[in-house]
Amino acid sequence: MNYSSKQPKVIQFAFLLVVFFTLYFLIGPADSNFFWRLPPLIKELPLLINNAANYLMFEWMPIDVYDPEIEEYEQRALVKQITRAISGALLFSIEFIREILLGGVKTIVTFSSWDFVSENKWARWPALPWTVVAGGAILLGYKLQGKGLAFLAAFATSYIAIFGQWEPSMETLSFVLIAAPISVILGLALGVWAFKSRRVDTTLQPLLNVAQTMPHYSYLVPVMVFFGVGDHAGAIATVIFATPPMVRLTLLGLKKVSPEVVEAGMMSGCSNYQLLFKVVIPTARHDILIGVNQVIMQCLAMAVIASFIGAKGLGFNLLLALNQLRIGQALELGICITLIAVVLDKLSLAWANKQTDYFSDLSFFERHKYSLLFLAVFVAGTLLAYIGTFFFKEGFNYFYIIPHNKGITTENFWQAGVDWIWDTFFFSLKAFNVFLITKVLMPMKAAYLGMPVIATFVLVMGTAFILGRLRSALIVGGFLLFIALTEWWDRALITAYMATFGVIVSSIIGITVGTLCSQNKFSSKAILLVCDTFQTFPSFIYLIPVIMLFGVTDTSVLIAVIVYATIPATRYTVEGLRSVPPELHDAGSMSGVNRFQRWVSIELPLAFPHMMLGINQTVVFALFMVIIGAMIGTDDLGQFILKALSDKNGIGNGLTLGLCVAFIGLAVDQILRTWANERKKALGLN
Amino acid sequence: MPTQEAVCSKEQAVIKCDSVYKIFGDNAKKMLQSSQGNVDAKTFQDAGCIVGVNNASFEVYEGELLVVMGLSGSGKSTLLRCISRLSDATSGSVFIDGQDIMAMNNKQLIELRRNKMGMVFQSFALLPHKTVLENIAFPLQVKGVSTQDSIKKAMEMVELVSLGGRENYFPRQLSGGQQQRVGIARSLAVEPDIWFLDEPFSALDPLIRKEMQDEFLRLQSVLNKTILFITHDFDEALRLADRIAIMKDGVIEQLDTPANIILNPATDYVHKFTEEVPREKVLRIESVMDPVDKTEEISDLVVSKDAIIETVAEAVLSQQKAVSVIDENGEVVGALHCSHVINVLFGSSAQKAN
Repeated sequence: MNYSSKQPKVIQFAFLLVVFFTLYFLIGPADSNFFWRLPPLIKELPLLINNAANYLMFEWMPIDVYDPEIEEYEQRALVKQITRAISGALLFSIEFIREILLGGVKTIVTFSSWDFVSENKWARWPALPWTVVAGGAILLGYKLQGKGLAFLAAFATSYIAIFGQWEPSMETLSFVLIAAPISVILGLALGVWAFKSRRVDTTLQPLLNVAQTMPHYSYLVPVMVFFGVGDHAGAIATVIFATPPMVRLTLLGLKKVSPEVVEAGMMSGCSNYQLLFKVVIPTARHDILIGVNQVIMQCLAMAVIASFIGAKGLGFNLLLALNQLRIGQALELGICITLIAVVLDKLSLAWANKQTDYFSDLSFFERHKYSLLFLAVFVAGTLLAYIGTFFFKEGFNYFYIIPHNKGITTENFWQAGVDWIWDTFFFSLKAFNVFLITKVLMPMKAAYLGMPVIATFVLVMGTAFILGRLRSALIVGGFLLFIALTEWWDRALITAYMATFGVIVSSIIGITVGTLCSQNKFSSKAILLVCDTFQTFPSFIYLIPVIMLFGVTDTSVLIAVIVYATIPATRYTVEGLRSVPPELHDAGSMSGVNRFQRWVSIELPLAFPHMMLGINQTVVFALFMVIIGAMIGTDDLGQFILKALSDKNGIGNGLTLGLCVAFIGLAVDQILRTWANERKKALGLN
Repeated sequence: MPTQEAVCSKEQAVIKCDSVYKIFGDNAKKMLQSSQGNVDAKTFQDAGCIVGVNNASFEVYEGELLVVMGLSGSGKSTLLRCISRLSDATSGSVFIDGQDIMAMNNKQLIELRRNKMGMVFQSFALLPHKTVLENIAFPLQVKGVSTQDSIKKAMEMVELVSLGGRENYFPRQLSGGQQQRVGIARSLAVEPDIWFLDEPFSALDPLIRKEMQDEFLRLQSVLNKTILFITHDFDEALRLADRIAIMKDGVIEQLDTPANIILNPATDYVHKFTEEVPREKVLRIESVMDPVDKTEEISDLVVSKDAIIETVAEAVLSQQKAVSVIDENGEVVGALHCSHVINVLFGSSAQKAN
């Protein structure tokens, strides 16, 4: 057999590598040589974005607005006026929920004035005692699903109360209760719109791609410029980030609804409205609920990042604790965030799946059982809080609101644990750390930085060409060119090096673990459950244990990257291997293959396309974590995005850097996706 | 007299199709206009159009069960969707009770579907998030019937299709046959006059299919709806139909009673279906009897004109003389000769042997 005609891609790839290394060693560093580094031709882009944003915000379309303070009309820019209105409405909603949960005066101020409140001492909105909120959550859980959910709610609320995190938790909750529904409704609306109109669909797709690969940080600057700083700005950043997956999943679900179900709805005499809300959307609810789950997870993941632009709550405290290296406290806060996420997710799921009983002939008390019970809880909780005023001194009424950080804490225990680890394993940890940094990471970083730009282009575009023909190569080349023409090419290379390292290690671990676990049904289920659980942790949480062990170094970031990015690699491997039809296993066994042969020649090729999509996700996850790692000090694109946050004119820098990161992700996505699709087609899978 | 009444109702067709065309493709309308009613599937295909329904004209009378039979891709489901206006016909007109549904606006159409039409689907098309009861009550609820009344009515329907005790199950918890019972109950909940069934039993196992066909015949004998039934199964068509329309490539090849189709297939294509059919199991005495001849000697045996030949063949063949045939009122309407029965039983194989 002629090997080259059978495996043309291998030959092509070998040739590509030869060209790449020739270029790599031929072209040395020289600033004037365009083959070494392209000139930063679009250096001015951030400035242009800044100017455009400023013009839009302060000058475009001036309108006359009546100002009640000075009792005169004055000119203001339209956009600013609109963003102000949005900010106001959001802030009011968040404050309103927050004051129901924690008490305060701001809602009253909105309807009166600060003077009124300071003159009348009684004008203060009382908080719901924490016992009432906890009781309400337990009742809701019981009503919607039963004992299990009630127990979970009880556990979560008592954990939060006992550890003295009630106040920040309620602050975070009030923020999530506004941001999550907005994201869900917005995502649902956009998804339905894209489903109805092809044109909207095609315009939305690339926007969603970019939005989902842009790092969290880079949204913050524009949001800050247009909406200012505060809880509302955090909510808006969260909405921007949490909506795209909701749109995606809504669209996916709607497209899967069988035409016969739609026809059945039409033949039942549904109006367009009924068809949409009673037939199509509920039928697609499985995917839409995954979307809701994603939204809730994103909201809580953003809780930390949103605190950069003034969102109060757990996120802010976690950030503080991380900066002060108070590992124990960070851990407790992280668990609070995770618990809130899980409870909200389960509640929303149970609510969407609840069933009605039509036949029971209920009395008034039975029908209003839960409302009455809640009333009872309310009265009992309020009484308890009142009794508490006799026992505890002012501000420390444990029956009313648990004072912040005055609960039990396990911080000392964790700190002792960290100290013990440091004392015991100091040398081995340090040795590992030093080895990794000097022998692996530094050389790898240097190799990436020593790559001439032409060589990079040849390698990446060549790979895209071999795997996906000219179209792919041109798209990928376009993404790369944008990055090469900014002044951050070197930074992008560092980001790429960290991501590559993470992806390689994650893929090896993920594919190995996935393969081993997919050998039988039980372990597959178990590992998928583990993946699910890990995915519910907001991404920030991963940084806590690694800082514990490795301190603030590149190693920490990379280990967090690896842990986080291994999840999709494992999940997709298991799913891919499990989806190989059992008949093929039987056919293989009857042909006399052993286990290993079966894996190599039957399972692996068939699962390959799905595994490729897993690697694709791994790349996206790794990029995210690398950028988040900027928090604990790296010198890649993420660090520059973080710097843009504190810059008054950072909007241009933030967005351009964000696009650079997004384009790295999209380039990889383009290559892997076309490859996976081509393999799928070749295997006749769909 | 009952026959007189039948003739009266026959004059008013419940469903009437008048040269209905359905052509898929971007410039279908233009192509159709330029072809001036002479549609050739091949030329259309070359122009990027696919012919779904090609000049269908027929009527369905009140209480009649018309089966449209055709293999996949023959356009039978497309025809049904044109009649229910789930998709718009490219040209031609469809009348329901004399009203042109092509001219209806969306509101009128919804009104029509809410009160006059019911439809059963091949893949059941139940709403996965609703229980059996809620699925059946759904057409009533979208109409605005109160929850209490709609649930009460739905409960009656549950009993009608013998699903009592499973009303709180979700579709995923039911077998295929049970799911289709729910589909049938849902389509009947608003008590429609017209009942569309789109391959309702095709997705079921043979034994269940037989059971559902019996159930369907039982329901129809109680309800007496005007029915348009789509199937790809010729045996099913023979078993159920008052009349059968056989479709191929969008064209109705033949529309007639099952007996006439078997005895006189109009085209070679129809003949292919009929030649393997055991006639004695399908034909009724009525289609092989001779007119009454007073001079002839008649045996004592009496058979009903609606009897299937197979069921009486043994008795008839044991007689020397012709057998008299009676109708449902006991009046003699014809005479049956053994030679005809023998012809039906062995005729086709005898022809083949020659």
